[in-house]
Amino acid sequence: MTCECQEIVAFRDITKIFPPGILANDRVSFGVERGTVHVLLGENGAGKTTLMNILYGIHQPDGGTIVLRGKEVRIPSPRVAIELGIGMVHQHFRLIPNHTVWENVVLGFPRVPRFFPASQARQMIRDLSKEYGLDVDPDARIWQLSAGEQQRVEILKALLRKAEILILDEPTSVLTPKDVERLFLVLQRMKEEGKTSLFVTHKFSEVGEIGDRITVLRKGRVVGTVPRGEADFETLATMMVGEKIVLSLPKKALSPGRPLLRVEDLWVLDDRGFPGVRGVSFEVREGEIVGIAGVVGNGQRELTEALAGLRSPLRGRILVDEVDITAWSPQKVREAGLAYVPEDRRMALVGDLTLAENLFLRDYRKAPFRRGILVDWKKVREHAEEMIATYRIVPPVPQLPVRLLSGGNRQRVALAQVLASRPRVLVVSNPTAGLDILATDFIHRLFLSLQEEGVGILLVSGDLDEILALSDRVLVLYRGTVLGERKRPQSGWSEEDRRDIGMMMGGVPGERLVMVR
Amino acid sequence: MRLRFQVTRRLEPSASMVFFVSVLSLLLAFLVSGLLFAFLGISPLEAYRVFWRGAFGSLYALSETVKRMIPLAIIGAGLAVSFQASVWNIGAEGQMLIGAIVGTWVALFSPLPPSLLLPAMFILGFLGGALWGAFAAWCRNRLAINEIITTLMLNYVAANLVLYLILGPWKGKTVRGFAYTDPFPQEVWLATIGTTRVPLMTFLFAFLAALFCYFLLTKTTFGFELRVVGRGEKAAHLAGIPAQRVVALVLFLSGGLAGIAGVGEVSGIHHMLRHPAHISLGYGFTAIIVAWIARANPLGVLASAFLFGALMSGQDALKVAFGIPFQVMYILNGLVLFFLIASEQLLYYRVTLRVAPWGEKEDECDRVLD
Amino acid sequence: MSAIGFWISGVVGRTLAYSVPLLLSTLGEIYAERSGILNLGVEGLMSLGAFSAFAVTFFSGNPWLGVAVSGVVAGCASLVHAFFSVTLRTNQVVSGLALGMLGMGVSGVLGRDFEGKVLATTLPVFRLPFLSALPGFEKHNVFVYVSLGLAVILWFVLFHTRWGIVIRSVGENPAACDAMGVNVTLVRYACVFFGGVLAGLSGGYLSLGYRPSWSYGMTAGVGWLAIALTIFAFWNPFWGMVGAYLFGILYHFSFRFQAQVSPELLNTLPYLFPLVALSFVSRLAARRKVGPPASLGVPYQRGSS
Repeated sequence: MTCECQEIVAFRDITKIFPPGILANDRVSFGVERGTVHVLLGENGAGKTTLMNILYGIHQPDGGTIVLRGKEVRIPSPRVAIELGIGMVHQHFRLIPNHTVWENVVLGFPRVPRFFPASQARQMIRDLSKEYGLDVDPDARIWQLSAGEQQRVEILKALLRKAEILILDEPTSVLTPKDVERLFLVLQRMKEEGKTSLFVTHKFSEVGEIGDRITVLRKGRVVGTVPRGEADFETLATMMVGEKIVLSLPKKALSPGRPLLRVEDLWVLDDRGFPGVRGVSFEVREGEIVGIAGVVGNGQRELTEALAGLRSPLRGRILVDEVDITAWSPQKVREAGLAYVPEDRRMALVGDLTLAENLFLRDYRKAPFRRGILVDWKKVREHAEEMIATYRIVPPVPQLPVRLLSGGNRQRVALAQVLASRPRVLVVSNPTAGLDILATDFIHRLFLSLQEEGVGILLVSGDLDEILALSDRVLVLYRGTVLGERKRPQSGWSEEDRRDIGMMMGGVPGERLVMVR
Repeated sequence: MRLRFQVTRRLEPSASMVFFVSVLSLLLAFLVSGLLFAFLGISPLEAYRVFWRGAFGSLYALSETVKRMIPLAIIGAGLAVSFQASVWNIGAEGQMLIGAIVGTWVALFSPLPPSLLLPAMFILGFLGGALWGAFAAWCRNRLAINEIITTLMLNYVAANLVLYLILGPWKGKTVRGFAYTDPFPQEVWLATIGTTRVPLMTFLFAFLAALFCYFLLTKTTFGFELRVVGRGEKAAHLAGIPAQRVVALVLFLSGGLAGIAGVGEVSGIHHMLRHPAHISLGYGFTAIIVAWIARANPLGVLASAFLFGALMSGQDALKVAFGIPFQVMYILNGLVLFFLIASEQLLYYRVTLRVAPWGEKEDECDRVLD
Repeated sequence: MSAIGFWISGVVGRTLAYSVPLLLSTLGEIYAERSGILNLGVEGLMSLGAFSAFAVTFFSGNPWLGVAVSGVVAGCASLVHAFFSVTLRTNQVVSGLALGMLGMGVSGVLGRDFEGKVLATTLPVFRLPFLSALPGFEKHNVFVYVSLGLAVILWFVLFHTRWGIVIRSVGENPAACDAMGVNVTLVRYACVFFGGVLAGLSGGYLSLGYRPSWSYGMTAGVGWLAIALTIFAFWNPFWGMVGAYLFGILYHFSFRFQAQVSPELLNTLPYLFPLVALSFVSRLAARRKVGPPASLGVPYQRGSS
């Protein structure tokens, strides 16, 4: 796509090192043309967010320069970035849940009256909303909004400050397919106005729809910059990972056995007292992986916490191997054979404690770790060494505080915590969020081997690719109910299946609803 | 070419660095106090000399130091446990006073035979302080009131209780301008070591308390539970640790130890109940620093308690020699705390000088000057 | 005036006078905590303020100079806590306690020679044309009116101005503010300084207006009560004002019983009030999901979230 538009932003040899020696960006150089959507593609940990944080003034580069509109600039703080016309929509929204939309949008904005700023702020927001198609109620509190709506607020923040360059960091990770469509429309409108977008993502499936040019980062280095037409998925994937990766897992078709987990008409309240799970029923059988697809915030947390014993259901029953465990405490639930690995790693691990201590944490009260009132530290250490070997945890130092481990290794610790006692049912929530491809692959293969051993796995994830790669059956959770179910055909999922499930995630029930029994 | 200060994060400071930094902060605090002395018209060198002699210069000085180390160690050991559980017990002063009150009651007003008085004083004193602390746990668990506020408020309540008792129902038969109770019967006066005024029983108990708390923290299941509660509340919940019960037991223990320290003071040192400030002498607050400086390690508390005992007896010598009021102790403690937490940050950060050419294409790593 | 009139006037008058230091300190702490910084050194700052106001007035004969100095001294002292909490990012609980200790210590050491001295000039009675006619308002100095006015102004600023949004947001989510170009450091320093100034002024009122004298410990735990009251007030200056006056009334009434109950026991009541008050309020807060500023006590570092 040739054009005579100039380069609005250019990175020249940007280098960034984090202690104790992590090279996050290694002489990154590429240019972004005005009025385009430029995609920055790379897997988790490739350095994309770091680079964007440098552009937005949150980090300072250790080497290299940024050229903005033809001139070398220094961006020491977000304030300067805003003055230069750069706006950023962060991956984890920078919003204040208790405040209203207008309070968030107008925060620190000088062109709003000092006293009683409310009415003018509301007007400004309504005007912008209309102009860009970003509908949102200025008086709503952020916690009341959906993820898609919250993202609109983030974009409004940047647009209000007259951003010419909009950075979007992993914007689609919390959106339904319909929200994604809406977002792309907004970006299109911005393009028409001559604004530039930097779209950071790890999902190369999105790239084709929206990107004009794509820069691929791997391990902090630029692998290449290509215009849209020139790259297909395989090329991009290879660029991202550096080797010809096998994108498919050895998923075998197994015949599932008896139901190990049965959920009957479950109703669970959320933190605000509203029903988060509304009448959900399903079962997970021996040697089966059941995937619960759905965008985060549709009841997944309430469902998994109820299963784990952290939340008492309002109504309904949970049975593990025909034993009613409804409203049992977390320890009892584990003893019954249901193991839970939470999404929030702070629930499973204690950062300041050592690897060994974390590994026996979930079983600390049981023999052989406990002798009367004392802890048998020798057994704890032996257990740790065994787990380190089995799950290939690195660095293999039992006395190391767990916060020093990488995300992938911490997830291995979290899994090792519960798998040691050979559970019958494993409930995991977003197990590979934020992990790089190799760590993700390890965990997926682990699930498959557990499946072969007869463990029933309930996989709750917002990542549709993950769900489809692993599940034998997929249920879609939307606003607390199971909107539909799909069984994996012998030949693998079809494009139609994928589309149906995607629609259900957005709330549209599929035409063919296959209900199992 | 530009010279730049770069602050990089260190991951885990070594034990020797921790020790070195603690010592450094103490020295800095001393230096600054030297300025204070100069401001008050006292030669800093002279002040240091008097201070040293007061803390270590003679057998008497040493015994004064040890005398003060005892309550600091006993309370400090309990606070170390408390801080490991992230329970901020600021009420040791009050818990100590309650122990003293209970001990006084046993000594002067209880119907027990003389041989049982001393053990009863300590056991009931422990219980008194323990319940005073456990009340804060109840407020935290049932009423969601932060224990910092509760324990703090209870300090004032306890102090006023003591005042009420010594001015009212327990007023002694001989009053010479100051209020106190009658002296305790001889049976409960603690035996001292040799000719010093150091009570033997509490001296030994200090070591016992430190060892017990250390053992509790490192070897028992309960110790593990409280460490998890202190560093990862959510994980503790998932692991099935009864956090509320842990908090209650921790406050019970640290309150009880403070209570024993209180009993030790009235039966070993004063042999009566008197004005609350003269009994607690700020031990409850100073013990917070003692525990903090020892990084909440009960064995380390023995060392820092000795250190602060020396500080206190040195300050006493200063008081006598130069007429400096007792509040100077608060200044010194405050300075030590400030330097300590500032240097703690230094532990985790390394400031380096870098030669950083802006815009050049070389790899910068090699040019880091340490 | 009738008997009831006298009685009301007495109650109102003494309540107002007692509540002033509590109100001022609470307002200051509310602002500091709203910006995310926990300051446990209020008692020490008050003591510093009380002492410096007394000393300056003693030497200069000018109580207004004393008032000004009390605010400045305590404000500057609180900057130390700001430095440790915002720039060095140390543990705010310990830093605040250390500051409090320093404040008590310095005021005690320097103030020893001033115990029992008498001031030649104290704060004059201040009459507002209309307000002073109301029962109980006759004999007050300017502090009473200023503290009342300040409560209203501070409430207005926090909830109905641009700056109020900034302050509240800094305490809730400093990362969000930083991303919008707000200078989180400046806001926090300013709020802590402001809190210190108010604490100093409240101490100045104690030594110049309420009980023109100085003695170590005259702050009698009011600083700690202010910290408790901040929570009770849901970090809202309006409820802080209500709470301060409520405490004042309770305190006044408790002293009515001085004949029957010993004064020392009565003295324990002010420290039990916060516990009782908070016990009612905590359950309310839990139900309505109102709580402290989300980032209270948590140091902020750009790029770390």
